[in-house]
Amino acid sequence: MLIAIAIMALGAVVLGAALGFASVKFKVEGDPLVDKIEAILPQTQCGQCGYPGCKPYAEAIAKGEADINLCPPGGAEGVGKLADLLGREAKPLDGVEKPPQVALIDENTCIGCTLCIQACPVDAIVGAAKQMHTIVESLCTGCELCLPPCPVECITMEPIQETVDTWKWKYPVVELKRVA
Amino acid sequence: MEFSTSPYLLKDTSVRRVMTQVLLALVPGIIAYVLLIGPGILAQLAIATLTALAAEAAMLRLRDKPLALFLGDGSAVVTAWLVALTFPPVAPWWLTVVGVLFAIIIAKHLYGGLGQNPFNPAMIAFAVCIVSFPALMSQWPGAGSHLAPGQQFDWIFGLTPRLDGMTSATPLDALKTALRADEGHSGPLPFLAGNAQAVIALCYLAGGLFLVWRKVITWHIPTAFLGAMGLLAGLLWLWQPAGFANPVFHLLGGGAMLGAFFIATDPVSGATTPRGKLIFAAGVGLLAYIIRVFGGYPDGIAFAVLIMNICVPLIDMTTQPKVFGMKDQ
Amino acid sequence: MGLMQLFKFKGGVKPATNKAQSVTLPIAKAPLPSVVAVPLHQSIGGTPRPLVQVGDKVLKGQMIGEADGWISAAVHAPTSGTVREVGMYAAAHPSGLLTDCVVIEPDGEDRWIERQRVDYKALPPEQVRELLRDMGVVGLGGAVFPSHAKTQASRSVPMEELVINGAECEPYITCDDLLMRERAAEVVKGIAIFRDLLQPKKVLIGIEDNKPEAAAAMAEAVKAAGEDFQVVSVPTLYPAGGAKQLIRVLTGKEVPANKRSTDMGVQCFNVATAYTAWRALGHGEPVISRLVTLTGNVAEPRNYEVLIGTPMDELLAIAGPKPDTDGIIMGGPMMGFLVPEAKAPVVKATNCLIAHSPALFPPKAPEMPCIRCGACAQACPHELQPFQMYWFARAKNFGKTQEYNIFDCIECGCCSFVCPSRIPLVQYFRFAKSEIWARERDKKAADGAKTRFEFKQHRDEREKQEKAEKLAKAAAAQAAKKAAEAAAAAASEGAPAEVAAPAAPLATGPGDTPAGPAAAPLSPEEAAAAAKKAAIEAAMARAKALRTQTQPQNTDNLTPAQQQEVADIEARRARLREIAKTELVHADAPPAATAPAAPAAPADNSDTSEK
Repeated sequence: MLIAIAIMALGAVVLGAALGFASVKFKVEGDPLVDKIEAILPQTQCGQCGYPGCKPYAEAIAKGEADINLCPPGGAEGVGKLADLLGREAKPLDGVEKPPQVALIDENTCIGCTLCIQACPVDAIVGAAKQMHTIVESLCTGCELCLPPCPVECITMEPIQETVDTWKWKYPVVELKRVA
Repeated sequence: MEFSTSPYLLKDTSVRRVMTQVLLALVPGIIAYVLLIGPGILAQLAIATLTALAAEAAMLRLRDKPLALFLGDGSAVVTAWLVALTFPPVAPWWLTVVGVLFAIIIAKHLYGGLGQNPFNPAMIAFAVCIVSFPALMSQWPGAGSHLAPGQQFDWIFGLTPRLDGMTSATPLDALKTALRADEGHSGPLPFLAGNAQAVIALCYLAGGLFLVWRKVITWHIPTAFLGAMGLLAGLLWLWQPAGFANPVFHLLGGGAMLGAFFIATDPVSGATTPRGKLIFAAGVGLLAYIIRVFGGYPDGIAFAVLIMNICVPLIDMTTQPKVFGMKDQ
Repeated sequence: MGLMQLFKFKGGVKPATNKAQSVTLPIAKAPLPSVVAVPLHQSIGGTPRPLVQVGDKVLKGQMIGEADGWISAAVHAPTSGTVREVGMYAAAHPSGLLTDCVVIEPDGEDRWIERQRVDYKALPPEQVRELLRDMGVVGLGGAVFPSHAKTQASRSVPMEELVINGAECEPYITCDDLLMRERAAEVVKGIAIFRDLLQPKKVLIGIEDNKPEAAAAMAEAVKAAGEDFQVVSVPTLYPAGGAKQLIRVLTGKEVPANKRSTDMGVQCFNVATAYTAWRALGHGEPVISRLVTLTGNVAEPRNYEVLIGTPMDELLAIAGPKPDTDGIIMGGPMMGFLVPEAKAPVVKATNCLIAHSPALFPPKAPEMPCIRCGACAQACPHELQPFQMYWFARAKNFGKTQEYNIFDCIECGCCSFVCPSRIPLVQYFRFAKSEIWARERDKKAADGAKTRFEFKQHRDEREKQEKAEKLAKAAAAQAAKKAAEAAAAAASEGAPAEVAAPAAPLATGPGDTPAGPAAAPLSPEEAAAAAKKAAIEAAMARAKALRTQTQPQNTDNLTPAQQQEVADIEARRARLREIAKTELVHADAPPAATAPAAPAAPADNSDTSEK
């Protein structure tokens, strides 16, 4: 009886020591969770999630303060990836998923007030006071933050058109039932 | 016009054609089987085929898959024939039915159907039945006591009671029993009964070579299988000729030829890379020899295949061939 | 045709070649089309900038799009006429989308621009390359890579072989075959250009052994030209005409995906490319036409010399498509694509148009599950494991497809060709590749957005801080000034500002201090402190004096009215300063973060006004 207990105890000690050693020896210096979450977020910096930017939202998710389905630009795909990363249940998106878009300034109406330049989170608008502003299309994330400050409502959102260069091959459609 | 992409030219081939060639390659072996052991096997093949098609149809219906397309692909028939050919020819009909049902329903469709099964369905059937009905699975028409055709059918359909005296173990089993009983034996083994087996095995070999020629299978698996088994058998035989059978006996006895060309070559559950195929098949050959010589079962092909099936993902992952231009990098 | 050792590449397939139909008749010239639409982007690399506007008259061979950057090639007007449109037009692309085109209405005269022959041997190589670029010479085998950019040998590896690709392995296509049969001499001259630029040790012309006439014609032309090029028959095996496969067959070298062929001392050009290079330099003709095989479901399959920009439907009509024709395949049946828009123009990559019919190309059988038979892996000329990539592409596990080297795939179609389960493997790989590219684009855009966002945040923070510091400085300056004024007033009543400075030492003098008699018992520390204080005050007074001295230089000779105005302004400023000070006091020290805009502005003003 005693011997059995001793053997079990010894086994426990040895295994415990081995595990402890392994946890020190093979410690993985992984990315902090926030960085991993942030890498999934689309970096539109639009604030639609209720946080001032993608990083604060990532931090809130990591702390468990925010839900994972608050990012409309990331879409259902983004929610799915976050769910995979965090081992949580994927949820339907809280918000409306829009096709990718860019802002466009009607240059005839623009009065050059610079308000949109201040509002743009990613410095995608160029212009100076009393000078017409324009949006650098390739830098625009389509966050819509420039729309509300514009006093003359000269900014519109335009869906991004597919071009020969951005066109993608379609997923082959598997239709087995039809032939039955 | 529907959206389709290149290539617009396709080779005249299909799954059905591949499976048909496998069936065709089995025919010489079956003919020899009928001539040397008796027509009972034909009844077994018929039972197995019908059962397989019925089970396949039912499962496709349940899984809401196109019936005509998959029922015609021939894969269920190949499984059925392999079950029939690995079972004793005088096994009761219901045993064959149980084996085939197990192969088609559990080993194949519950894993996702064609192309998805991790284990060889026919070998699952064999393993399940030999574990569940060891006695029935070991009754082979005895050496020399050639059963009349009528008698074989009577047995299969349970019309006359089985008499143990009428059957004997397989040559492998006989050998093992003999070795256990320490009856020294010499010469070319108890080859009396083995003669029929060996001829059938040679016919399987011919069918297998046909498959290699038709490029349905590659040389890797049969070569590695037979090579590894022959090598191990040869070494042990050289070391102790009295204690171990010669390699020719092992290669032509039992299910070695059937296993090497028709069972281990199942692409779905086997390894796929060239080096992987060699490793996989060598593993099957060695394990089959070890199980058949040192284990408790008359033949080891089924268990060897199943064990190696488990290793396939690992083998494939670690034997990915180098791609064009990357060989010396 | 010398005896030389040939190498083998793994895999490959042997589809029915279907070449005999279109080689019976000689090359014909296609009639002038009703309209030509020349896409600006016809090569790998930068999109050429348009040089013409709507309404411009252009001549045949006139440059209408200028190369944008080094990896780019110019485009030219294929015939004379009027520019009708510079804008979006149907593209010769599987997407069916539009692309930037110059649409020209031919005037029927087909009048050439002045053509200049050049003696390229007399020119420095750099200039020859520029010339090739400006003549729009690109790889006509299908990849349309600008040829001039391929004529530079690697710095570290000597050029050994120049491989000329006359293999033409795709079924149905015969344009290179006919070109070599009929225009071998000019092909050889073009090869000489590439040879002169690259200086290889030997030149190997690879031709599949199903084109003996072409090989014979080339061998004869090489002999006639007195060159030492070797014409080599290579076994007919698709895709032996792939550049990497042909290099492998002729030299034994395997060019990996991550290397340029020149890094291994070998380069490869198509025979048609060599031909156009010679036409460009030897005749001054830019690439405005090419040979196109019209075949498939047509009455009279044949090769035509076709102007770039010719609408495909108009072109195919020449060959007489049969009534059941239901589409046009551009390129061969293995790698081509069904043209979604039949009016799309012929481009430099268009080597073949095949009239598609259900009889000729039966609809594909339904896709079955993969049975891992490995036929695709055996057929793959790049020794990939297509069925493994297929599992991952199907599951959209794109990272894994890359681990299995999906970008080594050349989309030759061998795997799909042999698949017994009729899986459109190549389409899965194209899908996965374009998804991966799209994701990389998105990732890059997101990273850029993140960087700019962080920079903007950082900048906002810094600006806030700078403003706060400025405010604090202004407040301190105000306080100091007040103190200095007070000190100055106390030190020398009515004294002019100029003499305020000497007042400082006076302050330390024993007699002048208010506590004069009590000065003696001052401890040394106190004395030091007092001295220091006085020094500071003196310095401030000096500073003020300097200010009053230097500041109003432009106010020296003012009219009384102006002086009055200045005084008013000064008064207003003083008032504002006062307000600012009180506001600051109210705000109590932390004005930085919460300072309202109103007081900040005058504070700034006061600051600038005193400079």
